[in-house]
Formats: sequence, C-alpha cells, structure tokens
Amino acid sequence: MITLTVNGKTHQAESDPTTPLLYVLRDEMKLNGAKYGCGLGQCGSCTVLLEDKPVFSCQIPISVLEGRKVTTLEGLGTIDEPGRVQKAFIDEQAAQCGYCIAGMIMRSEGLLRRNAFPSDAEIRDWMQPNLCRCGTHSRILKAVRRAANAESGA
Amino acid sequence: MARFGRIIVGLVAIVIVVGIGFWAWASEPAIDPVSRPAAGQFSKASIAKGAELAALGNCQACHTRPNGKAYAGGYPVETPFGTIYGSNITPDPDTGIGKWSEAAFRRSMHEGLRRDGGHLYPAFPYTHFTKVSDADIKDIYAFLMTRPAVHNTVPSPDLPFPLDIRMVMAGWNLLFFHEGRYQPDGSQNAAWNHGAYIAEGLGHCAACHVPMNMFGAEKTDKGYAGGNAAGWHAPALDKSSPSPVGWTKDELAGYLRGDMTPHHGVAAGPMADVTKVLAEVPHADVEALSTYILSKGATKPADARKAAIADAGKKSFQVTTAQKANFKGSAKDGEAIFAGACASCHFDGGSQPFYRPVDLSLSSAVNAPNATNLVQIITHGVKPAAGGSGPIMPGFGDVLTDDQTASLVGYVRKHFTGKPAWDHVDKAISTSKETAGQ
Amino acid sequence: MTIRGDRGFSRRSFLKGSGLVVSFALLPGVAFAQDKTDGPKGPPFGDMKSTPYLDSWIGIDESGKVTIFSGKAELGQGIMTALMQCAAEQLAVTPDQVRMEMASTASTPDEGYTAGSNSMAGSGTAILNAAAQMRTILIGWAADDLGVDKTTLHAENGVVKGDGGKSRAYGDIVKGRSLHVEADGTSDLIPPDRYKVMGKNHPRLDIPAKLTGAPIYVQDMRPDGMLHARVVRPPSYTSTLQSVDTAAVSKMPGVVKVVHEGDYLAVVAKGEYQAIVALRALQEAAKWQTPKALPKESTIYDMLKSMKTDDSVIDKRGDGTLPEGRPVVSATYRRPYMMHGAIGPSCAVAEFTNGKLTVWTHSQGVFPLRKTLADMLSMPLDAIDCIQVEGSGCYGHNGADDVAADAAIIARAMPDKPIRVQWMREDEHGWEPYGSPMIAEAKGTLDDDGRISGWNYELWSMTFSTRPGGSANNLMPAWYLPKKFGPPKGGQIPLPGGGGDRNAIPTYDLANTHVLYHYIDGPMPIRISALRSLGGYLNTFAVESFMDEMALAAKTDPVAFRLKHVKDPRARDVIEMAAGKFGWKKAEKLPPYRGRGFAYVRYETVKAYCALAVEIEVDPVSGQIRVRRAVAAIDSGNAVNPNGIQNQIEGCIIQATSWSLHERVAFTETEIMSRDWSSYPILRFDGVPDSVEVHVIDRPGAPFLGTGEAGMGPTPAAIANALYDATGLRMRDLPFHAEAVRTAMLGPDAKTKA
Repeated sequence: MITLTVNGKTHQAESDPTTPLLYVLRDEMKLNGAKYGCGLGQCGSCTVLLEDKPVFSCQIPISVLEGRKVTTLEGLGTIDEPGRVQKAFIDEQAAQCGYCIAGMIMRSEGLLRRNAFPSDAEIRDWMQPNLCRCGTHSRILKAVRRAANAESGA
Repeated sequence: MARFGRIIVGLVAIVIVVGIGFWAWASEPAIDPVSRPAAGQFSKASIAKGAELAALGNCQACHTRPNGKAYAGGYPVETPFGTIYGSNITPDPDTGIGKWSEAAFRRSMHEGLRRDGGHLYPAFPYTHFTKVSDADIKDIYAFLMTRPAVHNTVPSPDLPFPLDIRMVMAGWNLLFFHEGRYQPDGSQNAAWNHGAYIAEGLGHCAACHVPMNMFGAEKTDKGYAGGNAAGWHAPALDKSSPSPVGWTKDELAGYLRGDMTPHHGVAAGPMADVTKVLAEVPHADVEALSTYILSKGATKPADARKAAIADAGKKSFQVTTAQKANFKGSAKDGEAIFAGACASCHFDGGSQPFYRPVDLSLSSAVNAPNATNLVQIITHGVKPAAGGSGPIMPGFGDVLTDDQTASLVGYVRKHFTGKPAWDHVDKAISTSKETAGQ
Repeated sequence: MTIRGDRGFSRRSFLKGSGLVVSFALLPGVAFAQDKTDGPKGPPFGDMKSTPYLDSWIGIDESGKVTIFSGKAELGQGIMTALMQCAAEQLAVTPDQVRMEMASTASTPDEGYTAGSNSMAGSGTAILNAAAQMRTILIGWAADDLGVDKTTLHAENGVVKGDGGKSRAYGDIVKGRSLHVEADGTSDLIPPDRYKVMGKNHPRLDIPAKLTGAPIYVQDMRPDGMLHARVVRPPSYTSTLQSVDTAAVSKMPGVVKVVHEGDYLAVVAKGEYQAIVALRALQEAAKWQTPKALPKESTIYDMLKSMKTDDSVIDKRGDGTLPEGRPVVSATYRRPYMMHGAIGPSCAVAEFTNGKLTVWTHSQGVFPLRKTLADMLSMPLDAIDCIQVEGSGCYGHNGADDVAADAAIIARAMPDKPIRVQWMREDEHGWEPYGSPMIAEAKGTLDDDGRISGWNYELWSMTFSTRPGGSANNLMPAWYLPKKFGPPKGGQIPLPGGGGDRNAIPTYDLANTHVLYHYIDGPMPIRISALRSLGGYLNTFAVESFMDEMALAAKTDPVAFRLKHVKDPRARDVIEMAAGKFGWKKAEKLPPYRGRGFAYVRYETVKAYCALAVEIEVDPVSGQIRVRRAVAAIDSGNAVNPNGIQNQIEGCIIQATSWSLHERVAFTETEIMSRDWSSYPILRFDGVPDSVEVHVIDRPGAPFLGTGEAGMGPTPAAIANALYDATGLRMRDLPFHAEAVRTAMLGPDAKTKA
C-alpha cells in the first residue's frame, strides 16, 4: 500500500500501485481540482504540483510518490481564503467554463515558486503545455502577471 | 631560471617568426562591400528555389535564436570547445550580410571565409557547403537577400585561447578541409547522385551522424557510424543502424518529412527540426536523400524485417496485465512505473484508436548503443512543431527521480529488446536533466 | 425552388427599418418587444410566451430567499450571473439574496436548447419581466398588509418600504400567498438610470467555486454506490461487432459487469482506472467489421457540389442580377469539417430505480434530451428526469447528449446503482458531431461611384442541426442497440437564425442582391451538427473577405468601404469604435510581414453588432500566422454584465483564431484520424495575441441581442484581410495552415514587401 502526501495530509492509497495519481485523487480522496482531460499528457487539465513542479497527474503511477509532496488546487486555498494565484484568477475573471483553469492555476503556481519575477515571454512559454478551448488565454496570462506582481509588490 | 628564461624568449621568437609566416599565408583578402541589392533584381523562381535550398540546409536552425527573428542569428551552437553563435544572415547592412556581394556569399559557403576575409569556424559546415553548386548558392543568396533585414549584433564566440584566434582555422583547414564542388559518381544513378549532393553538401548529415576526432573534424574513414548532436545520440546510418527492422526507402522518406512511421516513430531532439524543414522541400529531394542514405546499409532483408516485427508483437506491453505488474513494493519498480506512466499510450491494443506510438521493441532509441536518446525522450518528452500535428509525449524529468528513471530505462531496455543493460545510465540521466528540453 | 426570405417577417424591411430597434432604447421602462411573432399563449417576453406563470421563474420562501428558475444552462458563458443580475435588479433584492436554479426537467421552465446566443433574449427577457411584475405584485400585497396606498410604497433590498418607516420584508409578504400568478402583458421595469446591479461588472457566481475545486462539474459527482463505466466505441460509424469474448474482462480487478446489447459494448467497474484498464482489454477482445463508408478527405468539396440539394433564394433585392458590362469580382471560400473539442470529454451520471430514470447531464437541452431518451428506451416521459450539471465548455452539440444516452443505457442494465460514464479523449474527438464543410461563391460589381451595384452569392452546406429533438436516431449510442436506431436526421433552421445559411445575407444596404442557398439534403457520411455560430463562421468569413476584395477593386479603404454601405447607426457605431480604438486611420506603415485587417457582422442579421480589427504577423520562413493585436467592438443591446460580454468576445476571437489557423478534421475512408490533441492541434499559448481588447457599446433599456457567438465569423475574415495587407496573398480556404501560407508566399501572387 502506498502512502501519499497530498496537501500536507497523508493518505493510504487502496488503489493498485500502478494507478495514475489523478484517479486516486479523484476516486479515493474525493478531490476535484485535478481534472481528466486526455489521459495522455497532452492538455494539462490534470496538472498538480509534485514538490514544487507542475506535472500531469494522469501519467504518474502512485508507486513513485512515496515520501514526495503533492499539492492540488485544493491545497492552494479555499473559496473563502483563495491562494494568491486563485485570487488573481478570480480578480481577472479568468475563466469561462473553467475546466482547464485548475490546471492553469497549478502550472502558474509552479512558475511563481521557481521564478517570482517572470517576464511576459517566460509566462507564455511556461504555459504552453496547457490547453484552453474557451479562449480565456489572454485573461489567464493577465492573471499570472497579476499574481506575480502581487507577489513582488509591483 | 635564466636558462629557462632564454628558452622562453627563444620560443617566443620562433612563434613570432612562424606566426608572421602563417599570417602571411593564412590571410585572405576582403571582398568589397556592396549596397544591398534591390528585391526586384531577383526572380520569383530564384527566391522560391532558394527557400527550398535554405530549408535543405536547415539554415535557420543555427541562424535563429529561440523566439528570435528568422535568420537574425544568435543561436548558441555548443561545441566541445566552446559556444559559437550563429551569425546574422539577414540583409541588414551593419549586423547582417547586407553588404555582401554574391561573390562574397559564395566564398563563405565554399571556403569558410567572411566578406572581410576572416575565417569562419567549421561549426558553420563549409566543409560540406563547399560541395554546393554556384547555381544553388545564387538562389540561396536571392532568398536571403529578400528576407526582412533585422538589426541584431550577435555575441562573439566563447572559445578558449588559441581557438579564439580565427586565423588558427587556416591550420585546421589545411588538415581537414577539402575544397571543391560535388563530383557525381558515374557508377550510381541520378537519384543517388542527387541524394549524395544534398546529404554531403547542403544537408551536412555527416556533421552529426559521423563520429568526430579530437579536433572536431569528422572521422571520414568511419562513414556514417553515428555521432552526437546537442546532447543527443545521432544514430548510425550505415549497417550498424540500431533499428531492428531496418529502413525502407518509403519509411525513411516519410520519417525525414516528419511523418509518424509505424516501425520507427517520429524524429525527436535536433532531428525533429531537420524533419520540420524537410517537410518544406520537394518530395523528390527527400526521396533522393533516402536513396543515398540507404545505400550506406541501414536496410534489412525482408525475412529479417518480418521476424523483427513479429518478435516486437510478442514483447508488447499487455494492458490487461497492467494491474498485476509484478510490483515489489519498491518505488523503483520499472515495470510498475511503465504501467502507470507509459502504458496509457505504449500498450498493445488492437483497437486503440489514437496516434499509435512506435513499438518500443523496434525503436532506435531503445535499441541504441547507449541510453542517451531514451533518457532524453523520457526526461523531455516529444512535441510537434508549433501549430503542427504529430505525437505529443510529456517529459517525465520532473516526475521521476533519477533512480526511478534508471529503473524505468532498465526495464524498457530489457523487456523490449532483451539486449544487455546500458552502461553509464546515471550519467545520461544527470546530463539530460541539466539540459533544457527540445 | 422556394423563396424563404419573407417568411415570418421581412428581413429587407427590417434592414431598412433598423431605426426601429434604436427607438426602444429611447423609451426606457417600456416592455421589451423582443419577439414579433405570435406567442402560443403568454405575454411577449422572451420565453415567457410558453411559460407564462410567474412562479415558474421565481420562487420566494418565507425567509425572503429568492430562487430564480431558468431553463437555460450555464455552459461557462456566464448566463447564470447575467440572469441573476436581471432578477436582482427588477425584483429589488441584493445579489446574495438570489439563488439560481438552472435547466432541469424537474424544476425549471422548458426553454429548449441553450444555444444560438439566444439565452439573454429568451430567458433574460422573461426573467427581467417576471421579476419586475413580481415586484409590482409584492408591493401590492404589502399595501394590503400595511393598509396603505401602493403608490406610496417602493421596494429595496427585499423589503417593501413606505412613509413613516413602514416596511414589510418579502418573506413576510409571501407567507400564505401563492405566487402562481399569470404574467401580465406589461411590466413596470426599473429604468436603466436607476440600475444598481444590471450594467455592472458583477463577478461571475460560478468562478470562485470552479477555481478552488468545489464539486461543480458533472465529472465531480460521486453519489453513494456510484460505479464507473466506459464504452467500447467501434472503429467507425458503420462498423458491426463480429465477435467479443467478455469472459476474461469480466474477471478483471474491479469489474462489475460487461454490458453487451447488440453492437453496444461497455464495461462497469468499481474504480475509474479499473474501468479504463478493462476498457482497453475489452477493446482488444472486440472484433469489428468496418466498411469503407467515409469520403476521401481530399474530395469533400467535390462531394458537397455533387450531392442532392434543396435550393432556395434567401435574399433578393432589386432584380438580383449582376449589371452587364461591369468588371466582375469573384471568389470562392471554403471551410472543412471542424470540431468542438471540449477540454473535458463528455460525462454523465444516471440512475435507474423503480422504473424511474434520472440523468445528470451537461446537455444544452434537458427537455429535448428527456424526450429523446424516452424514445430510445421506450419509456414514458414522466419517468425520466434530466438535470443539467455543468461540464466542460461545449460550443454546440458535442458528446454531451450521447454520453447521457450511454449512462441511461448502462444504468438500465444495472438498476439501483448510479452509473458515471466518462468518455475517453478519443471518444470525444472521434465521435462528436462536427461542423459541416461549406463552400461559398461570391460575385460582385461596382458602379462608377465605387458602390456595390450587384451582389451574387451561392453557398453549399449540409445541416447544422442533428440535435436530439425526440428521435433516438439522433443519439449516437442508440445506433448500436439491438433496435438499431439511425441514421440521424438533420434539418434546416429557419431564418433569420438559419443553419448553413446563417449570415449568408449581407447586413449591408445593397440595392441589388441574389443569395442562393444549396441546402444539401443528402446522407451525412460524417457525423455533423451544431458548431458555434453554425454557417455564420464561413458566411461571415466569405462576405467580409469579399467586402475587402470589392474595396480593393474600388480602391477604397476597407473600413470606409464598409461605412459607405451601411446606414444603421448601431452598425456604424461598432465599426467606428473598433476602427477608432485600433487606430485604423492614423496607423503608421507596418514593417514587412505585418498587416492589418477588419471585419464586421450583425450576427444572424438581427442580433448583436460586432466589428473586429486585427494586426497579424507572418513568419516568413514557416508561414505561421500570429495575431498580434485584436480590437473588437460589440453592441449586444442592453449590456447586463459588460465584463461577461468582453469575456465571451475575447473567447470568440481566440477560439476562432484557433479554428482559422489550425483546425481541420482528418479522416480516411474507414475512420476519423483526428483522435486527440496531437492529431487535431489547436491554438496554444504561443499563438495567443499580445492583446485582445473588447469595447462594449451599451444600449441601456434596449432589447437583449445575445453575445456568445457574434465574434466567431469576423475573426477569420479579419485575419485573411490582414494577411492580404501583409503579403498580398488572399487565402480563401480555411484553415490558413502555415504550410499553405508558406507555399503561397513563395508563389507568383505574393508581393515582396521586404
């Protein structure tokens, strides 16, 4: 049995160790943040942070996660106390259907943890793996910019 | 101490004398600047042909920095000796080749000299471009001179002494450079000769696929025995090709155009850039190229091909067994990692509908003499050109620890090829993780 | 051949009399005369026509909490928030006093499909008026309770107040009273100058929950005892199942059941990943026979022209022929099959208990879906409920209804257990109904003043509607049941909305036009249905590209040329706003390989006005186009939530940029090849414009015109016009793939701007 550490809490996974993290988060832990989008690592809807890096949870067997920290959308904040990136996305009204946005927020969070002062080009480049279909991209870019500025006090 | 001093003085004197002689011998004249030719002076046909030829030469790869303006230079070419920056070959008069006459441009291609007579480094493959015909160079010139001029000063090469003295290249040329246009081989047909002209000339395939000596020159006696390119292994193109099925002409032509080929997959790493531009040239060029390259021996007899494909079928990963993968309770269990991380695409399923990845048993990367390419692909993934279609594989560099990657690599190598484990997998992993993805 | 143009009301008289619409804006407080056609029974307030009782729209409980019922679905377009704003404003309550209940056969009015940018006109108008009338009624009742004259009372924040501190809260007023009151023919609307909630950028109600991981989507539902199902889709539409051995799969970990009815094959498991692994095994076990039934991709346009058509002249002004002796400008524009491509594949949950079926679905039309499920399952209508729960954005008829059918079929086979069916990525890509390919041929002439003197336009299109409207033929999973429903049936959508002919009629003041629609009534070899803006995408691309081609022939600036042909002041306003904010006139000369383009449309010829200016650049090596900057102006009538309107139009511009630069469904004669994002690439962040500006022209008090699709058609036209400006190349076939642009740039037509 694999012990996962998700959003600071440990969880004894009942699923087979080859099961990708996404399904354990959703099925066993009843967390909604990571979404199924393609199961192929092409769209980024399932993005979570592993340690501080954004990864596709649909293609990570839980067997490799023992002793490593996973953060999902739920780990960044709550509806009453949203995290810095969540707040920036809300302030920019950066969502339409919102299905991709959880992944977008996680990827943005990964960027800001690595680089508190990203340039616009760096933001755009960093977001490249994640797909949005509603065309919310320009608001997403603004939201990341806003979160970075809030962070740096700019 | 005094004796030692005298030796030094003597040596310096010799160096100076020899140096002056060398300078006199190695100096090349400048070619007079011209004002940038008007666009109207080139024919549409010549510009269009030049575009194809520039694609065949993959010029923009080294002459465009990431996210930079086309042909404006600045791309860092990493060599074993240091970094050289691709020059600005837009028609900007100050920082590009706007003042270059066609003769100056031709001399640079044929002799590796700048307009001012300075030596170019052989990272610019004039050792190959010397084989290109005057007519083709004229068209490339027409194409480049009609691109938008971009003012962009390119950094100086970052090379140690004495390589930072360009004139040293005259000596290098003496040893390793053979000037001269391509001479057709009368014993071969026209397609082969056209392919050879491309491969040995503009295409400069050997720059990556032929091993290098300690001076960074191609070991021409080794043929296409495989080499290195930007942190990737450039596989052998001769009979030591790692592909268990070998190549057919159609497969190779398709692969070179960027197609997903059933037994070879799709190009990755620096070769992906090459296939992107080869998709832009006439099919006949790519077919000729395939004809020539295949004459080096990377083919297999039909029965050996059939056997390899049948064998691969038996080794396919059965998804039905995924959940009873022999998990031993270790995070380093390569098979368990494969089942959860890889098998969503790399599994055996007859009715599996999406872009089918190559059978790993047939993959050149998995059958290669070293772990470099498999590790690079696992770490950085595979992605199509911007806006293009083609397989997408995410990189696992941030997902798997070095130990886990090594276990996965070990499992893949063993399960899909049955070949001996690679040496230096750890080194390949740490090197790959240090470099940026393609 | 029939003339359809004059059915319902005259389009031409409407075009001429477009001042009519503006006049409403001048009369604040007057009831919205949104619909001119005769309603079945209720007053003429949007969807109130068919649902005339106020309590169908509004509930107020004894604590004063208001519930608004809308038969429209929140699809991520922000409709729920805009409807709340209408209700809160007119009912005189605060936004936090309102709870929204959307699209459910169990509780809300039947408002058909949430589609066609109709929700504000239909539901918004209904709720606006229902809320105003309810407020009037509440004030009347309060007057009775307080024993004062109602004219001395007014409502504020859910309380009716009067002189001398007299007041009565809504919760107290409704105690013991029935809200089942039939609506009146007039409403006392709060006028725009007193708006507190409408016309303001109210934050979307759904966003915070979506951004923090609340269970908002149907994908997030986990009722007790729920099982996960996956369906084995055949290799192609007309495949038949030859054999399948389900024994091994039945024994796989977690597998509860293999459902096998006719050619329909599915697996149910306890865990979601167990269901996926079992699906892969079951796919391997199933042997199908697949005939060559699809057209060759390279021949689709020939196919369109060779099929049987039902022809109609949909617009004829003047004698409808091109004047003789004038040079004729002509051009042909085409679009391929394109897909919706939801980011989250379709999903549904269904439970079949005691003969009653409940389906939780992200369908755009829960009522039509219920009817169609009843047909498929031979069940009475009242034994089925369909409740809308949000899914991933759909942009038209995608897999939402089909997966609801899957869930219903499997739930019936496994009673008493909630069944969640989640389509795989390849199911959504391969099985959703695509948008029809189309061809438009335009010819035009100019008079001596550089004015259009003749306009001749012909178009070919298949249907844009195979939505499930009652017949199970239109639910894909039903094709494989033992009863073998199908093939699906399509139909024409009447103008002014139209299907393939949407926006085929130019919204310019032209004296001499002839627009001929060849509706292809034949079989549909590839599954198609409604895709955002329907034929409006190709027709606006064609009309607005052609306007530029005519402007060029007239040697007139493209914006000036458009203004020369449109008198409607609202049309002129959006054109001038977009051009002005973009800096069209004073724009300096652009560097090589950069260009500007403009386009305008009045959506569906009677709805929102939208104009768009873009600046693009072309990579001279690869031919890849990138939009650098986009500036749009939009007039949707009374703007309830301007930020929501901006969000929708920004989305239109970016999504249509993706369509226009990248998208084309690929297929062979046996199967669809566009099965995931690698084989059907869409725009990623590298292709997103540096800036997208949307300017909303508010028309306080004017009818709602809708927003959600208005920006789609102008986008390809503005890009094509900008490409011409940049390179001298006129691209008329969508999409503008880099390869096609690169090839054309090296061809004889390109002008060297270097």
